[in-house]
Amino acid sequence: MIKNKTYNRKKIVTVFFVCLAGFLLLIGRLLYLMIFSADYYSEKAKQLHERERSIKAARGRIIDAGGTVIADNKTVCTISVIHSQIKDADKIVEVLSKELELSEEYVRKRVEKYSSIERIKSNVDKEKGDAIRAYNLDGVKVDEDYKRYYPYDSLASKVLGFTGGDNQGIIGLEVKYEEYLKGEEGTILTVTDARGIEIDEAGEERVEPVPGNDLYISLDMDIQSYATQLAKQVMETKEAERVSILVMNPRNGEIMAMVDVPEFDLNNPYELPDTVDTAGLSEEKKQELLNSMWRNGCINDTYEPGSTFKIITAAAGLEGGVVTVNDSFSCPGYIMVEDRRIRCHKTTGHGSENFVEATMNSCNPVFITVGLRLGVDNYYNYFTKFGLLNKTGVDLPGEAGTIMHKKEDMKAVELATVSFGQSFQITPIQLAATVSSIINGGTRVTPHFGVMTADRDGNQIKRFSYPVTKNIVSEETSETMRMILEKVVAEGTGKNGYVEGARVGGKTATSQTLPRGSGRYIASFIGFAPADNPSVLALAIIHNPQGVYYGGQVAAPVVRQLFENILPYLGEMDYN
Amino acid sequence: MTDRRNGYNGRRRTKGQQESFFDYTLLFVVLFLLGFGLVMLYSTSSYEANLEHGGDSAFYLKRQLGATILGLIVMMVVANIPYHFWERFAVLGYIVSVVLILLVLTPLGIEANGARRWLNIAGISLQPAEVAKLAMILFLASLVCKMGKSIRTGKGFATMLLAPVPICGLVYIVTKNLSSAIIIFGIAALMLFVSSPDYKRFVLIALAGMAAAALVVFLIVNAADSDSLSFRGGRILAWLDPEAYADGKGFQTLQALYAIGSGGIWGKGLGQSMQKLGFLPEAQNDMIFSIICEELGLFGAAAVMLLFILLIWRFMVIANNAPDLFGAMLVVGVMGHIAIQVILNIAVVTNTIPNTGISLPFISYGGSSVLFLLIEMGIVLSVGKGIRLKDL
Repeated sequence: MIKNKTYNRKKIVTVFFVCLAGFLLLIGRLLYLMIFSADYYSEKAKQLHERERSIKAARGRIIDAGGTVIADNKTVCTISVIHSQIKDADKIVEVLSKELELSEEYVRKRVEKYSSIERIKSNVDKEKGDAIRAYNLDGVKVDEDYKRYYPYDSLASKVLGFTGGDNQGIIGLEVKYEEYLKGEEGTILTVTDARGIEIDEAGEERVEPVPGNDLYISLDMDIQSYATQLAKQVMETKEAERVSILVMNPRNGEIMAMVDVPEFDLNNPYELPDTVDTAGLSEEKKQELLNSMWRNGCINDTYEPGSTFKIITAAAGLEGGVVTVNDSFSCPGYIMVEDRRIRCHKTTGHGSENFVEATMNSCNPVFITVGLRLGVDNYYNYFTKFGLLNKTGVDLPGEAGTIMHKKEDMKAVELATVSFGQSFQITPIQLAATVSSIINGGTRVTPHFGVMTADRDGNQIKRFSYPVTKNIVSEETSETMRMILEKVVAEGTGKNGYVEGARVGGKTATSQTLPRGSGRYIASFIGFAPADNPSVLALAIIHNPQGVYYGGQVAAPVVRQLFENILPYLGEMDYN
Repeated sequence: MTDRRNGYNGRRRTKGQQESFFDYTLLFVVLFLLGFGLVMLYSTSSYEANLEHGGDSAFYLKRQLGATILGLIVMMVVANIPYHFWERFAVLGYIVSVVLILLVLTPLGIEANGARRWLNIAGISLQPAEVAKLAMILFLASLVCKMGKSIRTGKGFATMLLAPVPICGLVYIVTKNLSSAIIIFGIAALMLFVSSPDYKRFVLIALAGMAAAALVVFLIVNAADSDSLSFRGGRILAWLDPEAYADGKGFQTLQALYAIGSGGIWGKGLGQSMQKLGFLPEAQNDMIFSIICEELGLFGAAAVMLLFILLIWRFMVIANNAPDLFGAMLVVGVMGHIAIQVILNIAVVTNTIPNTGISLPFISYGGSSVLFLLIEMGIVLSVGKGIRLKDL
């Protein structure tokens, strides 16, 4: 029998200590993992064990000046699948693609994706959601949430705008006031095992959603509705392309109505009108058509204002002291500016007339004369001072800027054409805001809709304020302008805008669109009442009317009808 | 030698008597580990067992308990048989293990988890690699004794080094079980180390081994961009950065790290592990140590490691006082087996080395593993009994 030798024993002891060293190293490794990396790994593990489901926040409503809710929410469902709970994937694909009218391929891709929760479709009608729930499919989750709903369908569509699949604003006020309207999503955190089965003892953590704030706007749905009706009517009778009507309070810039027919159905914003043949159109082309359907002509597009712009030239002339109401002029039917002969719309000439009469007649040579008396520098200064070179700052996205000659490029001929509203372009909202400022005593106002935000119970959270610039014209000039413009309606070209029992001021315009000689016209009328202290201003623009195309004949009656209807409503009618 | 005194502690009491020694410390450590292992096994496996085996949450516990009871009976029987009885089976054991490993290829083999590693003999599943570990310990112990002084020669050294190679090769090639092959070779290397008086050779071999490993890792990392990486190459990359391979090779390791990291110092409490709820694959098996960390924290994990250190210390004491070289070598083999397996298992679980399937002795689920470990314990206890207190 061989004995255990001393070297054997030494080696056994060595083995023990080597093992001990190994153990100590591993304890060191554990110390590192369980103390220094503990936070990192436990956070990762927590993320793995917790399943997060978001709870949509109710979007704030939009409420008009009369307290009517014009953008609301209704309950809809979101359908999702939880991968680890799925038992019969084929059945799920079949049912969901059938019920939700989605391609099997699309649904299958999502059903087979390895994720804790995968959304299949949101904004599904409640009835459809209930139907899917009734199948009782393992792994299919039907969550209820909210969808934007517009009770008035197409009314004020281009102002309000609509929301997308995640309830985010896409155009209009919905996107401009997104931060107030959207609220904060809530979450439900549940602890689950690897199969996604919730561990009941662990309970759930719930972060409640914060609903968005309600937005109160100055738009009045009664006025909007009536203006839309008028716009549609004139569009139909005059076979016009487009009709825009803007109604605002010239004192503070609050917009009461903004119509740009044809409008679209806010509850189906991706549906093109029936007149458009969508068959065979590329997605790109379709999107283009949608974009033009959503365009708000009152703010997104510019046009040549024509004679309505003479209000600005007159105000500049009076303010600059180059003309007084009693100055007399003579109109031979044309005027020579350098080598160019510019005609008056009355080719036989207006003959002898003072400045008030010239405005009543909308006499081009007189306004060209006033413009030339001011000179390029002065005229440009007033143009700038009146705020015409800047955007109005209206609270809608995508406002277009003014297209104007550069000062250094402006010579006598350009000045002459600008004086009666041609050869440059502004937006309708810009014209309305500038005229408002001239007749309201000289305060440049910012046109706007947003008045305040409030919680669900109507308690004010934030009241919006808008910049104003005082004294862009003097009170005296403003008063003179009101007087002249009242005469235009009472006795001049704007007499179709006259409302019995009310004092209305205004100015017509008939402008040929570019290129000249195309036979396309824009008829417009801007009116305000009461003429001595205006509280409402309306601008009607009819694009490409057929037959009679004069602003005085086509647009002025629209504003008259509007005023006849809304002045009593606004309490501005003098019944005596 | 302070260790010796522990071996002597019955001397004064038993003066003049032919008293034999019985290592109760070792027995209690083993029993404690087994009991603790069963508790942890139930904690780890009950949730999954409930789901997978029709509401039988004690499915794994019952099977493990059966193997443990059988193992304890066998251990007591073996402990009472003088260990020299087994010397005659040394060559036979070697041959039997080879045959058993080859039998895996016959219809008797069972495939599970994508590997063919088990045998089904009369309804009992058995892992030939476990048999081979025991057979290797017995064979080499007997070989060392036969060689005597010739082990000091280069030829003797080479014989000892080559003896385990056929078995290791078979385990690796036939059962695709690299970890068992490594363990068997590790046991053999340790026994050779103890039996040979030389140090220099071993240091050189160890250095060469480390250099080779570093070279392999270096080559694989450099080849990471090419797609020609093998199964094991991917494991090395996943080892270096488990989060980059979170969906594939690094998944299990990362899940184990989540479990370990979320345990903290005191753990979440027994039964409170989240990772055992299906997140960590093989939680009750190779990865059970990470659940111990999660539930009992650093404190519990260190306590378990301390128990294993205690176990190995007892092995050292018994080996050093064994009546003869054969007994000592048997205990050294068992010591190597358990030490290597514990260290490698914890190293894998903590991502200290690349992932490879190694179970934690006495605690991981596995019937044949616990049965053969207890047979080894029986042999160690038997060697311990051979220590005559008078000789000490």
